[in-house]
Amino acid sequence: MSHRYYQPEIETASREQILAWQKERLVKQVRHVWDHVPYYRKKMEEKGVTPDDIQEVADLCKLPFLTKDDLREAYPYGLLAKPLTDCVRIQSTSGTTGKRVVAFYTQHDLDLWEDCCARAIVAAGGTNEDVCHVSYGYGLFTGGPGLNGGSHKVGCLTLPMSSGNTDRQLQFMIDLGSTILCCTPSYAAYLAESVHDRGLRDKLKLKAGIFGAEAWSEEMRRNIEKQLGIKAYDIYGLTEISGPGVSFECEAQTGMHINEDHFIAEIIDPNTGEVLSDGQKGELVFTSITKEAFPLLRYRTRDICILTREPCPCGRTHVKMTKPMGRSDDMLIIKGVNVFPSQIETVLLEQGYPANYQILVDRVNNSDTLEVQVEMTAENFSDSLARITEMEKSLVSALKAMLGIYAKVKLVAPKSIVRSEGKAVRVIDNRKI
Amino acid sequence: MRIHQISVFLENRAGQLAEITKVLAQNNIDLRAISIAETSDYGVLRMIVDDAERATSILLANGYILSMTPVLAAAVPDAPGGLAPVLGLLAQGQIDIEYMYSLFTHVENKAYMVFRISDEEKFQQLMEQNGMQLCSAQELGLKS
Repeated sequence: MSHRYYQPEIETASREQILAWQKERLVKQVRHVWDHVPYYRKKMEEKGVTPDDIQEVADLCKLPFLTKDDLREAYPYGLLAKPLTDCVRIQSTSGTTGKRVVAFYTQHDLDLWEDCCARAIVAAGGTNEDVCHVSYGYGLFTGGPGLNGGSHKVGCLTLPMSSGNTDRQLQFMIDLGSTILCCTPSYAAYLAESVHDRGLRDKLKLKAGIFGAEAWSEEMRRNIEKQLGIKAYDIYGLTEISGPGVSFECEAQTGMHINEDHFIAEIIDPNTGEVLSDGQKGELVFTSITKEAFPLLRYRTRDICILTREPCPCGRTHVKMTKPMGRSDDMLIIKGVNVFPSQIETVLLEQGYPANYQILVDRVNNSDTLEVQVEMTAENFSDSLARITEMEKSLVSALKAMLGIYAKVKLVAPKSIVRSEGKAVRVIDNRKI
Repeated sequence: MRIHQISVFLENRAGQLAEITKVLAQNNIDLRAISIAETSDYGVLRMIVDDAERATSILLANGYILSMTPVLAAAVPDAPGGLAPVLGLLAQGQIDIEYMYSLFTHVENKAYMVFRISDEEKFQQLMEQNGMQLCSAQELGLKS
């Protein structure tokens, strides 16, 4: 079995070598942040830590955590560690209560991010002979730009398709002989089904798929692989840390290798913040040790997973993480988009609806669906059906504006949503993942 | 000349109508007219009852969401072509009909229609000019 790597000397480096890189880069990064990010410096001071206390990777646990709340509070420039004149790119993710999270990149940051994506593409068998079909969204979302850049680095012929327009996707796939498909797993499943229904499988040259940005099951993987005749690889990332490519799957398909030369991963107990040992299930925390513009230290991802260090048959030495098994907060990932119940609540209150609501998430034909059930009130009710449907429509558009995705609104009878004594059960997620 | 209509929000699922009519029956409220406008998820049930005030407090006490709307009622001959002249007047006056439905009485040879329209005053004038009358609550046997 032959293995190919994008950066073999890094991807197969010894544990000692990786730790040496991490140590050197961490010490330097903490100093950089201390000097240039007053927001984080203050957090360190409050904890009584100075850069001198961070001499080893093991000292990492002395540093304070960063959370999504910090990113919101520091929006937009509070965590920036480089002058804007050194930055060349902004990417963004949806955030709570209308405030987005923005991340900044220097050209060097983009290079390293694209390297990470290139590693993922090569791990999926990509070479300069491949046609890489990128159907992730392009724009503020990191999916499209990340894989696009990685594909260039590998030297693939890159098709920047973006998402949507299935007919055109299939046409280009056939006409231009796409060999690697990059998109969300749900879109891959949808494309696979269309290919199957139209009997186009024999006309395709696809050999691999790189699918991420949302949770998917092993069963879904096998279905996509069977319908498209490919091998499907998982990829993980988050805008706050860079984007896709923070970790990626190799041909072993038993977890995603974290690019440890750029990101130090820790698993913590989400309740106490205490660091757990490898093999234990907990919240994933990342420290960016090479990013210049937006270097987050100990960023809590809220993703629950396990780290494993058993030797991988692929020869890569970097630690593997399992697929996220859940969240330590109430964030939902729907169609690859981050959705917080609080965002939905904000819209409902703004539009004059009661805060009593329920969110139903399901997966129909491999695509996520979101329904918001809200109780009718005397104030909103009218004898005119036209007026009620008008109101309903304006709620749907307000939700779309806030979340970035379509949510079906269902008006229900007063008092029909179950009141609970303690914490309200707002979300019913019926997806089998 | 207005009469009171009660509109109630109902979810579009089995048993909802049976339940509300049962509540009205138990309280001896007489339903005189009923109409439903619906979407796939919910409907607006519009009713004319003999005692709107009492019906309202009973329904509110039973947890229903409702609204009271003044509507107009007109009597037309219970014969072919009876309704056409009234609708002709609405068309002539460029008055929009939001909705309309029929109302039950025991008066022979007459049919009654309930109207929710855009310009009530104009409608009343046109009716009078053409020798037609709107019905009062009293005439319909409703408590006003």
